[in-house]
Amino acid sequence: MNTPNTLKYSKSHEWVKELDGGVVEIGLTDYAQDALGSLVFVNLPEEGDPVTAGETFADVESVKAVSDVYSPVTGEVLEINEDLLDHPEYINEDPYGAWFVRVGNVTEYDELLDAEGYEALCASEE
Amino acid sequence: MERKTPLYEKHVALGGKVVPFAGYLLPVEYPTGMIAEHMAVRTACGLFDVSHMGEIVLKGPGALASINHIMANNYTSLAIGRVRYSPMCNVDGGVVDDLIIYRTSENGYLVVVNAANCEKDDAHIRANLLPDTEMENISAQVAQLALQGPKSTGILAKLMPAEQIPAKYYSFTEKVTIKGIDCLVSQTGYTGELGYELYCAAADAPALWDILLEAGKDDGLIPCGLGARDTLRLEAAMPLYGHEMDDTVSPLETGLDFAVKMNKEEFIGKAGIEAKGTTRTRIGLKATGRGIIREHQTVFLGDRPLGTTTSGTYCAYLGGSYAMALVENGILRIGDVVDVDVRGRRVAAEVVALPFYKHA
Repeated sequence: MNTPNTLKYSKSHEWVKELDGGVVEIGLTDYAQDALGSLVFVNLPEEGDPVTAGETFADVESVKAVSDVYSPVTGEVLEINEDLLDHPEYINEDPYGAWFVRVGNVTEYDELLDAEGYEALCASEE
Repeated sequence: MERKTPLYEKHVALGGKVVPFAGYLLPVEYPTGMIAEHMAVRTACGLFDVSHMGEIVLKGPGALASINHIMANNYTSLAIGRVRYSPMCNVDGGVVDDLIIYRTSENGYLVVVNAANCEKDDAHIRANLLPDTEMENISAQVAQLALQGPKSTGILAKLMPAEQIPAKYYSFTEKVTIKGIDCLVSQTGYTGELGYELYCAAADAPALWDILLEAGKDDGLIPCGLGARDTLRLEAAMPLYGHEMDDTVSPLETGLDFAVKMNKEEFIGKAGIEAKGTTRTRIGLKATGRGIIREHQTVFLGDRPLGTTTSGTYCAYLGGSYAMALVENGILRIGDVVDVDVRGRRVAAEVVALPFYKHA
């Protein structure tokens, strides 16, 4: 399992990357993509949509099941990764490159873990 | 407490994701993943543990009469060495189970039923036997492996004389010896692909599993789990008990009329099927909007709900979201566009012909 220590992690298996200007990038962790299996569909919000910390903002579907993706922050969607709509497999191939959304006007963060804390969480879920 | 099939240790050793299914612990997929397993069956070959399926032997001078009484299909013309599918109905015309029956001798038959229904079927058959019929449930003694895919015949040819490989769909050969293991081999399956099912004693199953995987390794043969079994049968639009049919659905409503012989003088459920009529029909849907249609989702024509999806998933070979649904009869035609409520979001879908996929 790959867990870059430059990122922060939510307990619901999203990663958060801080970009310049208070903007954050959000995606699904390597652990999550591996547990879900081959993804075949992604449903993303639209630019301008509000997102709320701890609430679902997207969903991903594997062959067998659908899973919600939760926002680790409260803010506004500035940009979505349209490539994922046609290529959900990018999430399996490169989970930390396959960002879902970029969020600005961030007013609140969910409780986030560092890489070490996140790996411990995953180990406890095994 | 779930039971283990004789191949449980193999699944664990291969890294299979083992889950409870129909009372058994079975792999939903191996590390190769469901999509690769699905594609292997369409383009090369896959090996499945289907030992959870139930096997019931019926024999004696009354066996044929009992079968014709209990099953909706007609077995009078079934030759020794052949297999025939049938729904088994309750008196109300709903489906108790769907199954296949092998004729093994003049008065001997092997009935293969769904694992989840094995106890219910056992009781239903036992309660309705006509005189001079012996019945024995041999499910625990028998293992079943499914070798499915275009390369399956070639793989079997490395292990058994070519003339013993059943050449026709729904035919079988008994007393085949594969490296010392006694097997029944039939050209049957639940993937919509050319393939075979091999029955052997439970104790021989781990050895047979290894022999088949070894024989097929240069042909792209890989072990496949329940996940691929389900996506393959759906891509081939094969109905699954508990989804496209159950105790309340008439076999005519779910499109099994080819196996329901209403011209037979009598069988359990005949009057019930007539009384029930066909107010519903099974249709195929291909999502044209964005989304994966799953089971238990409502199908709309405009604002009018027409019925419910019974199965749906992403079909890897066809590359899209496909579903089957039971809808009000007589309204939709091939090419019509409907909406499906996918967790609160309307996804457009086209009514398409069944099966979605048919092998060459």
